[in-house]
Amino acid sequence: MLDVTSRKDEATARLAPVLSVENLTTSFRTDGGWKSVVRDMSFDIAPRETVAIVGESGSGKSVTSLSIMRLLQKGASRIEGKIRLGDKDLLSLSDEEMRGVRGKDIAMIFQEPMTSLNPIFPIGNQIAEALTVHQSLTRSQARAEVTRLLEKVRIPNAASRFDEYPHQFSGGMRQRVMIAMALASRPKLLIADEPTTALDVTIQGQILDLIKTLQDEEGMAVLFITHDMGVVAEVSDRTLVMFRGDTVEMGTTDDIFHRGKHPYTRALLAAVPRLGSMKGRALPQRFPIIDINTGEAMPLMDVTDTVAKTKTPILDVKDLTTRFDLNAGFFRRKTGSVHAVEKVSFSLFEGETLSLVGESGCGKSTTGRSVTRLVRPTSGHVTVDGYDVMTLDASTLRTMRRSIQMVFQDPFASLNPRMSVGSAVTEPFIEHNLGTRRQAREKAADLMEKVGLSPDMMRRFPHEFSGGQRQRVAIARALMLDPKVIVADEAVSALDVSIKAQVCNLLLDLQQNLNLAYLFISHDMAVVERVSHRVAVMYLGEIVEIGPRAAVFDNPQHPYTRKLMAAVPVPDPARRSLKRNMSTDEIKSPFRPAGYVPPLREYREVSEGHLVQLG
Amino acid sequence: MSMSVVAPTAANDKAPSQIAWLARRFIRNKAALFGLVIVGLFVVLAVFAPLVAPFDPIKTNWGMIRKAPSALHWFGTDELGRDVLSRVIYGARASLMAGVVSVLIAFTIGVPIGIVSGYVGGVFDTVVMRVIDAFLAIPFLIMAIALAAFLGPSLTNAMIAIGISSAPIFARLARGQTLVIKVEEYIEAAYSLGVRPLTILTKYIFVNAFPPLLVQSTLAIATAIIAEAALAFLGLGQQPPDASWGSMLNAGRSSLSLAPWMSIYPGIAIFLTVLGFNLLGDGLHDALDPKD
Repeated sequence: MLDVTSRKDEATARLAPVLSVENLTTSFRTDGGWKSVVRDMSFDIAPRETVAIVGESGSGKSVTSLSIMRLLQKGASRIEGKIRLGDKDLLSLSDEEMRGVRGKDIAMIFQEPMTSLNPIFPIGNQIAEALTVHQSLTRSQARAEVTRLLEKVRIPNAASRFDEYPHQFSGGMRQRVMIAMALASRPKLLIADEPTTALDVTIQGQILDLIKTLQDEEGMAVLFITHDMGVVAEVSDRTLVMFRGDTVEMGTTDDIFHRGKHPYTRALLAAVPRLGSMKGRALPQRFPIIDINTGEAMPLMDVTDTVAKTKTPILDVKDLTTRFDLNAGFFRRKTGSVHAVEKVSFSLFEGETLSLVGESGCGKSTTGRSVTRLVRPTSGHVTVDGYDVMTLDASTLRTMRRSIQMVFQDPFASLNPRMSVGSAVTEPFIEHNLGTRRQAREKAADLMEKVGLSPDMMRRFPHEFSGGQRQRVAIARALMLDPKVIVADEAVSALDVSIKAQVCNLLLDLQQNLNLAYLFISHDMAVVERVSHRVAVMYLGEIVEIGPRAAVFDNPQHPYTRKLMAAVPVPDPARRSLKRNMSTDEIKSPFRPAGYVPPLREYREVSEGHLVQLG
Repeated sequence: MSMSVVAPTAANDKAPSQIAWLARRFIRNKAALFGLVIVGLFVVLAVFAPLVAPFDPIKTNWGMIRKAPSALHWFGTDELGRDVLSRVIYGARASLMAGVVSVLIAFTIGVPIGIVSGYVGGVFDTVVMRVIDAFLAIPFLIMAIALAAFLGPSLTNAMIAIGISSAPIFARLARGQTLVIKVEEYIEAAYSLGVRPLTILTKYIFVNAFPPLLVQSTLAIATAIIAEAALAFLGLGQQPPDASWGSMLNAGRSSLSLAPWMSIYPGIAIFLTVLGFNLLGDGLHDALDPKD
């Protein structure tokens, strides 16, 4: 397999490049002049080749693609250098000529398939429009061509979906429509800007497969922009690593992954969690941190076992069910309900991390919000630190919140933008009358240090912090009440890889020192594998498999668990030409009509504590 | 990539008060400063009117009826021979009062109703908003006139009437803002921290809803000044012979071609005040936004 790809590399290297970028420097106007965001960047893309640009937020990877498309705002931006598409110099074209290039020679797909489609036109018409912009077709010809394109991107029943609207398509299907639109004019180059970032992992696998297949069929070059090293390893022939506007390293994907020279490349790769790297270990493990200046790894401390199995569980959940009723019609009659959480049971001990994993709509977040009573569960029993969560009155509920705290996904959205960080962190302490303001400030300063921030930063506002720092603030705030349990709802999902590794390490450190229990809600199997003691896999509101982390990952029993694990991109370029051959099935909806009676579920014990749903 | 703690820029200076911090940011905005100067100037004029005004504003002079601006009467004289400049200066008292006080009344009534209604939601919100809608269906001026007539003619009652009549707009706006803010994640985070509802209403919702309400207030001041003029015209506002800019405009209306100065100068005064409040509001809006 490796032989075949290296011959392909040689063959493509001899061909004239489709796109050639030389000394590209893009600058934006700021108060005091021009600030360069991409500096002195050069690369070529050969026909049929895939080049990936990888970097963290603010590295300039998206600006590079927008510079190539000349989609940056005029006057506020300046592009220098040479961008050649075949024999055309893109930077010297008039606006009129550039419009002829966009969508015809170069097509682009974006991260958010939701916002890239016009909600009020049927998708067939939108693709037809992309077709007729660059060529003249009759209505019936256009319709036939659109159907062909929809079939090409493997949308089931393509012809019948021509007249449907974007909202009738799922996220993955919408991204297929976007790809169909991009392919409409048989472009020489496809720019894919984080095309799978917003998608669930099983859908991401399908879309990556589709892009690879289409590239073979159509013979186009692909410029793939992503932050995900796993995706890079799967799709790209060559890889360019960017860091704060500079090209750090460029080479074949294999070289970058195995023989990366620059410290930053190595730091980035070290921070990427690899599924399967925890084989044979029972306890969670910290991420290795590599200094980006020296390239040296810092000593990796092992964690000790913090789980207090002998005590009664700090959080105990039995047959938890949360449903959201949907009403329609003039009399607001109940037409059905979303069975977000259905008979979920688990327990969590002091010092333990239990992860809830699953894809969007599986009920993992609703479970977290039900045990903290942010939503009112329909039935079941939840006990937190001795409190019966289901029957609390308003004032006891507030007291209960001292025991269980939440950390949310988006640290910017979860902090009041008009409250200084100091006030935000001290607030819970003061609101619960736990002491004076001075005591609150002292405690907050202490916690700021514990989460790796300086107490002097307390005077600043949330927007003055980076994403990782904001998440640290949110964690400090949650710790202000000395909780026993922390529900971390996708708490590291929105963070850059290297920051994600640091915050995970912080969570592990806090568990070591404060004996915290975590209910770790995540869609990221690789992170879950790293941080948890036990894992519960959720699908359509139910736990389909639960057990010690090592047992579930080494010996997955439920078909959905296996599918989920197979879909995770592995940062190993040797798997590049592998295709998953996944079917184009969708994630099902947990909506049930009125009167639906959920089936009784039974579980089989695989090994001690490892249960799998039968059925 | 090691965890480096960024050295804070203002590590050593004493904790600056919120006000000083706001003031520093506000001063950087030149347009807002200009607004503040205009408003300040009118306030000074109103307070020190007896010292500044060259003539007695209510003293009639039958020999000087509708005289054009001159070295003696800079802004000319009105239909009773009174000095227009002095009346504009004294009129600032009534007009500024009418503008600011009635908006304060409207804000104090409308905003809490709107925020609570939006926060509580459900049937309560529906009922409150239908009542507000009913109030909004009555034209603003008609309602102000009806209320002022009911309360009896005086400047105080006019201000109350204008305040109550403008309250529904504040309630609507505050409720709309509340609906947007209450689904923000930081509100949910506050619940999960066990923050009390009253704190959520004030430190979370009100604080974040404040900027658009402030801009609405500056616009409402302008409307209120003009509304006072209309009430004065009907004898329901400032009582003659005391001056307000609105009553002066109305008095000048009948002789607009004969003695335009009677209308132009109070008109300019209203224009400048409204401009001043608008610039001030805009500047405060920006200064209050920590993301800048």
